[in-house]
Amino acid sequence: MSSTVQELYQALIVERSKAPRFAGRPEVFDAQGRGENAMCGDRVQVFWQRGGVVHHEAHGCAILTASADLMAQAVAGKSPAEVAAMRGAFEEVVTSGREDLALGDLNALAGVAQYRARRRCATLPWAALEEALREVQVHG
Amino acid sequence: MVDRKMSTRAFNVSEIRKDFPILTQQVHGRKLVFLDSAASAQKPRVVIDAMVRVMEMQYANVHRGLHWMSERASDAYEAARDKVAAFLNARAREEIVFTRNATESINLVAYSYGRTALRPGDAVVVSEMEHHANLVPWQILRDAHGVELRIAKITDSGEIDWESLEAQFADGKVKLLAMTHMSNVLGSYTPAERLVAFAHARGAKVLLDGCQAIVHRAVDVQALDVDFYVFSGHKLYGPTGIGVLYAKREILEAMPPFLTGGEMIESVSYERATWAPPPYRFEAGTPAIIETIGLGAAIDYVQAIGLDAIAAHERELTGHGLKMLAGIEGLRVLGSAQDRGGVLTFTMEDAHAHDIATLLDRQGIAVRAGRHCAEPLMGRMGVSAAARASFALYTTVEEIDALGEGLARIKQIFK
Repeated sequence: MSSTVQELYQALIVERSKAPRFAGRPEVFDAQGRGENAMCGDRVQVFWQRGGVVHHEAHGCAILTASADLMAQAVAGKSPAEVAAMRGAFEEVVTSGREDLALGDLNALAGVAQYRARRRCATLPWAALEEALREVQVHG
Repeated sequence: MVDRKMSTRAFNVSEIRKDFPILTQQVHGRKLVFLDSAASAQKPRVVIDAMVRVMEMQYANVHRGLHWMSERASDAYEAARDKVAAFLNARAREEIVFTRNATESINLVAYSYGRTALRPGDAVVVSEMEHHANLVPWQILRDAHGVELRIAKITDSGEIDWESLEAQFADGKVKLLAMTHMSNVLGSYTPAERLVAFAHARGAKVLLDGCQAIVHRAVDVQALDVDFYVFSGHKLYGPTGIGVLYAKREILEAMPPFLTGGEMIESVSYERATWAPPPYRFEAGTPAIIETIGLGAAIDYVQAIGLDAIAAHERELTGHGLKMLAGIEGLRVLGSAQDRGGVLTFTMEDAHAHDIATLLDRQGIAVRAGRHCAEPLMGRMGVSAAARASFALYTTVEEIDALGEGLARIKQIFK
């Protein structure tokens, strides 16, 4: 198989899709957000706890699940403003395909840039997280 | 073409492949293996040439010009209607209405026939395995016109559940049965003749969505006695933008227009208009002239090869494909109907349908993944998304083997 496939489905993505570390609905959380791709049926729910603790329930492809899990890892301890900035940087990575050293493991998803139809899979968890954070900002 | 029609030469897939220029293309540096023909089929040279020829040599608007060019274009456009009528064995050419695609054909019936021939309180029955195109127009009709929409169950194998169908018809309210002739997800053929006889015996008309079936087997609307039959040109090796509605003449004659404007009128004053007779009543505006002529060429092409030969080739492919998929651990094929065509939809334990599609694509293999415009059916089968490989007359056994090898590599990645 061509190297580009291995670039997209590198070990970290396969591993996190099969055994996510931040999966599951926590007993308590401060806000939640949802993302759904009506075209394909993928859906993800993201739970935010104060202090930047994120969990997710992803139902979909490997890219979606791995992205949700790597996002939860990356935003740990971050403030909503930092999360928003990180989301912008991440979207740039999956659009341009150029890695951003500041994003660490999230760069594993840079290969998605080559697959226009799949970018949404990678960005859906971030949209869900933004929804959750809007809830935090509205309700304090 | 004539030679092929006259001869009885055996079906030769490598010769047929030469008719399709796109099949020599490479994708990601790999030979294209196109297993997405159920979404839209590739086009043979004769179709491409017919469309180019009309634009280069005989193009003008149809039915209007008093000049030579318009007459030639009109002749070619109307000749395509004759070809469709003969292809379906319609009684008359007036029973063939050109639309944009099968979706528009069903919308036309739901709007025009549905709001006049059906009365509030009447019921329409569809099955659990309809494409959205044969579900949503009836939901709209239900909401706008007060008819009831009923869903007949299918069995787990993907066949009509006759008990459920009988129950839906029991109160005598059903006036229309609208059903697929072949599922785009499960590959099941529905027993069209039996369904029509069943519905007619209970006072209901029948619409068959022939988008998939028309590509794979001969359809005779008179033998079926079906009231409406719809299909799209682009799945039948023709161009996009042209579809067909067949309906019995007496039904069409009683139907009001769907779209209105030029072409479909008899006479117009500032106050009112009267309608042209069918089929023109239903063809408002300048039609898809070039595409219609392309469809005519596609029909010539498949008829020259012969639907029986195509069906035999695809039976072999389907048998081979099912056997290959059955050998992959953790793979589940949706549906197991006795009478099924070359549409194999499946899920794999380890990999999501989208991952399968992307990973196959990198190997040059095109399949579809997702909900296949049949979201309720996916729920009925207990899956949220699935991958689908579909076969056409140009598909080879080697391509199906390539799919098998590709799936094996994917299993490796996710093992």
